[in-house]
Amino acid sequence: MRYLPLTDTDRSAMLDVIGAPDIDALFADVPEEARLSGPIEGLPMHASEMAVEKHMRRLSKKNLAASDAAFFLGAGAYKHHIPASVDHIIQRGEFLTAYTPYQPEIAQGTLQMLFEFQSQVARLYGCAVANASMYDGSTACWEAVAMAGRVARGKKRKVVLSGALHPHYAEVVRTMAKFTDDEIAGAPPSLTAKPDDDGLIARIDADTSCVVVQYPDILGRLPDLAKIAAAAHDKGALLIAVNTEPVALGAIKSPGELGADIVVGEGQAIGVGLQFGGPYLGLFAVRDEKHVRMMPGRLCGETVDAEGKRGFVLTLSTREQHIRREKATSNICTNSGLCALAFNVHMTLLGEKGLRRLAMENHRLACLAADRLAKVPGVTVLNDTFFNEFTVLLGTDARTVVRQLADDGVLAGVSLGRLFPGSGNLANGLLVAVTETTTEEDIETLASALEEVLA
Amino acid sequence: MSTPNASGWKPGTPVEGHNAMSGPDTATGNRALMLEEPLLFEIGHVETTGVDLPDPGSGANRLGGFERSEAIGLPGLSEPETVRHYTRLSRQNYAIDLGLFPLGSCTMKHNPRLNEKIARMPGFADVHPLQPVDTVRGALEVINELAHWLIDLTGMHAVAMSPKAGAHGELCGILCIRAALEARGDAREVILVPESAHGTNPATAAFAGYKVEDIPATAEGRVDLEALKARLGPDVAGVMITNPNTCGLFERDMKAISDAVHAAGGFVYCDGANFNAIVGKVRPGDLGVDAMHINLHKTFSTPHGGGGPGSGPVVLSEALAPFGPLPYTARTEDGVVHLIEEEDAEEFAKEHFGGALQHFGRMTAFHGQMGMFTRALAYILSHGADGLKQVAEDAVLNANYILRSLDDVLDAPFGPSGPCMHEALFSDKGFAVGLSTLDLAKAMIDEGYHPMTMYFPLVVHGAMLVEPTETESKAALDQFIMALRSVAERAKEGDESLKTAPHYAPRRRLDETQAARKPVLAWNDPDMA
Repeated sequence: MRYLPLTDTDRSAMLDVIGAPDIDALFADVPEEARLSGPIEGLPMHASEMAVEKHMRRLSKKNLAASDAAFFLGAGAYKHHIPASVDHIIQRGEFLTAYTPYQPEIAQGTLQMLFEFQSQVARLYGCAVANASMYDGSTACWEAVAMAGRVARGKKRKVVLSGALHPHYAEVVRTMAKFTDDEIAGAPPSLTAKPDDDGLIARIDADTSCVVVQYPDILGRLPDLAKIAAAAHDKGALLIAVNTEPVALGAIKSPGELGADIVVGEGQAIGVGLQFGGPYLGLFAVRDEKHVRMMPGRLCGETVDAEGKRGFVLTLSTREQHIRREKATSNICTNSGLCALAFNVHMTLLGEKGLRRLAMENHRLACLAADRLAKVPGVTVLNDTFFNEFTVLLGTDARTVVRQLADDGVLAGVSLGRLFPGSGNLANGLLVAVTETTTEEDIETLASALEEVLA
Repeated sequence: MSTPNASGWKPGTPVEGHNAMSGPDTATGNRALMLEEPLLFEIGHVETTGVDLPDPGSGANRLGGFERSEAIGLPGLSEPETVRHYTRLSRQNYAIDLGLFPLGSCTMKHNPRLNEKIARMPGFADVHPLQPVDTVRGALEVINELAHWLIDLTGMHAVAMSPKAGAHGELCGILCIRAALEARGDAREVILVPESAHGTNPATAAFAGYKVEDIPATAEGRVDLEALKARLGPDVAGVMITNPNTCGLFERDMKAISDAVHAAGGFVYCDGANFNAIVGKVRPGDLGVDAMHINLHKTFSTPHGGGGPGSGPVVLSEALAPFGPLPYTARTEDGVVHLIEEEDAEEFAKEHFGGALQHFGRMTAFHGQMGMFTRALAYILSHGADGLKQVAEDAVLNANYILRSLDDVLDAPFGPSGPCMHEALFSDKGFAVGLSTLDLAKAMIDEGYHPMTMYFPLVVHGAMLVEPTETESKAALDQFIMALRSVAERAKEGDESLKTAPHYAPRRRLDETQAARKPVLAWNDPDMA
């Protein structure tokens, strides 16, 4: 077997050193009745590299790749161009096959990268401190809610979710809250041109630990974070801002700047491919340094070595499970290191200038698409405001339309019916995302396809 | 025993009065191939970019007055500078590609490049999680095919594929247990965890709302069955057992433990971090386990990536299967693989499972770590049932070879009681006064190795947990053994130079106290804010 270096000669020489008659003697502690005598029956035997590649290629061909279609899906996962050097760097064995940097003297590559990553995320989010990443945006969102509970010392049990929070994120919060006795207040969004900020504010009370608002929201609209922050702070609650499209923050004000206390989000859009939903990159930051010791997850910090040279280490680990065990701020043990590297490299290639240009190019094409789709009979654009994703109403069930268009090789967007099953009033809604990878020809293809289907 | 190295140099050979590291100072601070690299923030500029994008015009926008006006402070680099910056950084890392990485419990094995190639096929890398299911049937087949391998290899009933990493998988398993107990109206408060457990175990149980109590261990490093039995009762929701355990030993009484827990109305969670030692040799399902996470980044070789991403599918027993989270895949008799999400969960359960599904909710957006599923499946298919059995056997053989090659010079606290599984555990007994496990570990860095896991498990003083994995050759093991023997002898003799090791790494020992006392967690430069 090509991944196993030992020869049979090695094996018997090693058994001699050990003093064991055969390999099974080393498994003596496994009760004999449970020990399997041969390979598990009914499963295939080993296969060559060529055979495995062929099998997997056959499966991959059964999927329609985003780049092979006119593609308009978003809803928390975005198709952007990733420069070739990003993938090259994350495949360097020194990054790819390293472990968590617990031995800092021989992990400065990963550690310095994490320090740069934390600094980039903190600046993008308008925050003082970002951590070294979480699993993804949805789990980062729950961790932020759990952190708000710690900040409130368990005295406030109510969590107010904006109706326009990504429904998967809301579902993760609801799932986890069942086990922590937090009360979750939330409802599906209403199909209005502007987000219902006042309705949300009205639900904040003295028992509220935090308010969770997505920016831009799941329908693509821009809520007034500053106004919500002021209202939340008035009641002693924290504002958690959730961002699922970091490219947007090249064009719009950062959540931290607008008063959000904890900013979390999905970092996939920068450097990480679609990959059918994972692995992705959870971003987590706090506006004020005073909250650092309440944060979950790994943190990388600057220090010096015994010769006075600058270096980096994982730090403040007394918050973490391997030290604090059941008293830890989270059970999280891994981060999304390689995805953080991809983000770090892509953001370095962009720089501030590139990020702003990328954001405005996304927005320009999205405006173009919205204007074009608005001309399709039977299509109404819902949003007053948006960045690169907006909602259109089709006058018929959007799920059916999406399936019909997919048959013609057009991936039209994400139907609200798929995101919010059971909310009948949303069924006609379609979320359309447009990025720099979308061409004017793609927009025309979508518009004509919709004209045909809705006629 | 192999020669120390291939260069012809031998320890003690005089080299013109000084060794390679003690030459004159250089103007740059570099030492030939050991290159210092500044931070991005010290070399980049906000006006520099490594991508070609059009200059935005000043046309109308729909941002509703939320446009950014302030600078963000994100420096950029051109492409050549970017590639060089990160390539230079990469060279300050140790990695499996460079050498043996004996971190106990972490299973640092070779990462086959075929798997990287496959994960990048456009049909896997470039598909959106919310595409219409008819356009992602191949992706669903990958999930389902991997799911069936995991079920068959563990002898379990079902698997939840969405957990993002091992600790997330633990949480999934404990939430399944909690949901199953609540479904029968039997709220329980306590999860029992051995003292030797990974820190994630008690943290997970606490995060899921349970009180955590310790299970004592026997003198030979295993769960004390009688003490466990004595503690079981109507308030105990379950136990979390790592098997093979963190002392590198198989829990011989696993079946008896499971039977006792089940008789008391609880469930058995198994931490599958060490599944690598037994894959293809024994199925946890045959030992009464109700839930176990599998770290795809350990047993099934998906890359660790400097700290993730991981992937932690959870196999479930028949009793827990109905409670697993959404979404999941299921193959029906017509051979079609379905994706079951909130929308169709109820109907699908009614149609195909007699209405038995009572999922506890959703743990994450989308479907889990697809990029890890493709890699793990490619690895499993490469090995097949026969190769996976050989994986466990070689992993255990390599660990025992290290144990028996060094137990004359290092104290192996559980060595006398029999063979170990996939990792060899040593203590600091016999080290000269003033020298510690940390000193030995740092000296291993100078020898060209990543140190073993230190000070874990907590039940052994100055623990050193060595896991070579099956992807090391005998020659590589022999050189490692020679190096560890030499360093252990120095520790016993009281060689003071160990205290200042490493001497030859990109950095000497770092001041972790200062890092924690005055945290600097982001670049702060007033000129770049």
